[in-house]
Amino acid sequence: MMNCHKIRVAALITVALVLITACGCKKQSPVQPLPASNEVAGWEKTGETRTYTAATLSDYIDGGADQYLKAGFKNVSTSDYKFEGKIEAVADVYVMANADAARTIFEADPSGSAKTVPLGDAARASSQSVVFRRGPFLVRIVAYQETPETPQALQQLGQGIEKRLSK
Amino acid sequence: MSDKQNPSRRDFLKASVAGAVALGAGDALAFANVLQPGGPKSRVVIARDAMLRGSGSTIDATRMRALLDRAIEASLGTKDALAAWKQLVHPGQVVGLKVNTIAGRGLSTNVTLVEAITERLQQAGIKPYDIVIWDRTGHELERAGFPLSSAAGKVRCIASDTVGYEDTPEAHGTVSCRLSRILTRTCDVVINVPLLKDHGLAGVTLSMKNMYGVIDNPRNCHDGGCNPAVADVNMLPTIRKKVRFIIGDATSACYHGGPMHKPEYVWQPDSLIMGSDPVALDFTAWQIIESKRAEKGLRTLEAEGRPPRYIATAADAQHQLGTNDPKHITLVKV
Repeated sequence: MMNCHKIRVAALITVALVLITACGCKKQSPVQPLPASNEVAGWEKTGETRTYTAATLSDYIDGGADQYLKAGFKNVSTSDYKFEGKIEAVADVYVMANADAARTIFEADPSGSAKTVPLGDAARASSQSVVFRRGPFLVRIVAYQETPETPQALQQLGQGIEKRLSK
Repeated sequence: MSDKQNPSRRDFLKASVAGAVALGAGDALAFANVLQPGGPKSRVVIARDAMLRGSGSTIDATRMRALLDRAIEASLGTKDALAAWKQLVHPGQVVGLKVNTIAGRGLSTNVTLVEAITERLQQAGIKPYDIVIWDRTGHELERAGFPLSSAAGKVRCIASDTVGYEDTPEAHGTVSCRLSRILTRTCDVVINVPLLKDHGLAGVTLSMKNMYGVIDNPRNCHDGGCNPAVADVNMLPTIRKKVRFIIGDATSACYHGGPMHKPEYVWQPDSLIMGSDPVALDFTAWQIIESKRAEKGLRTLEAEGRPPRYIATAADAQHQLGTNDPKHITLVKV
């Protein structure tokens, strides 16, 4: 009877530790890559940071998840932003297993008419997006509005994220 | 969209009237007739308005309503859009609009389109509260521009993650899924309002793949390029019974990088793709995506190792969800 009680207690402690670990993994990332409001001039962080692990990535990017998982994926942090109250954007920071994995994802998409911009190890920008990689990080920033200011504003937010990643 | 796939309005109505599908008064059997092998051809309507956005980038609500009217008249063979809506729905029914919002506002079912549909449904006699805009999560709906609401007397906008899923799964073939209670309990009839997209695994997503937003375990259904899971999900009895019609949103679409929003691969076909045969619609969607990829100098989906095999599976003898044979599809461009 006493052994049975000890086993139950041990099982409960184990379950509790697993849950605590799992919750911790979901809410915290080793790197906090997304800038706070006005950390980058003009950019307000309008949403909470959400983090997805390998187990939950498909909840975020559905069929896009497989490509990341195959390349070597750890987690992604994402948040909504707004620039000077008029340009809305979403920033994703993918933490890949290593720099090769980040390169694999970065190079998987055709560059098309995108321009090269000075961010990270490699970067490209279009009228409504900036994508760059730095070491094991793959960063994608997408704007919902296409304005003359959008490309420069996205690049500045990218610089703010890169600054955090280099800490 | 290339001119071949989506001509200007001057290239008006190229369909054979003889191939038109005569739909009944809105019961499930009338739609099932479309899907019988050897039965009448499946009609797929592509309606386009080159001036949908006027001279700007925002869709004009008046032009959207006109485009929707033109599309549904061509789809159901009427000269009166309201008569067409009355074939699809009846007063007293709760009508669900299953949108697609996973990719956020930049690449989700267009809000102006959904507003036009809800307006026409009300004109057809559906009470506002009996119209239910829904998807899998409230967060995604709100990010896509659909504020959640359950207020009396107003159009509802609700999500499966709060309403919940059935305890008992439905199963077919490789899938066993708990269905959203919005489908099983709230709605009498569902109009599928998906978005035309490239898809990293499935190849293409329009009508059938959007049913992944109805089940509790989509992450278990992506193996093998989502084949045969997409076809199997669409075989689930409640989905077959309640999902009556498809209004595919091709106002914006992506030809690469989907299903997420990557603006560099998005274009504006400014079109609707409409019909009741999900296989025929998805087959047509595939041709449109391939045409755009070719225009952009990209490899075919087959060459990229991700052709939408689930379309042929859905048409096979075990599923018979519709036709993927161009000879049995009447493509109407208006």
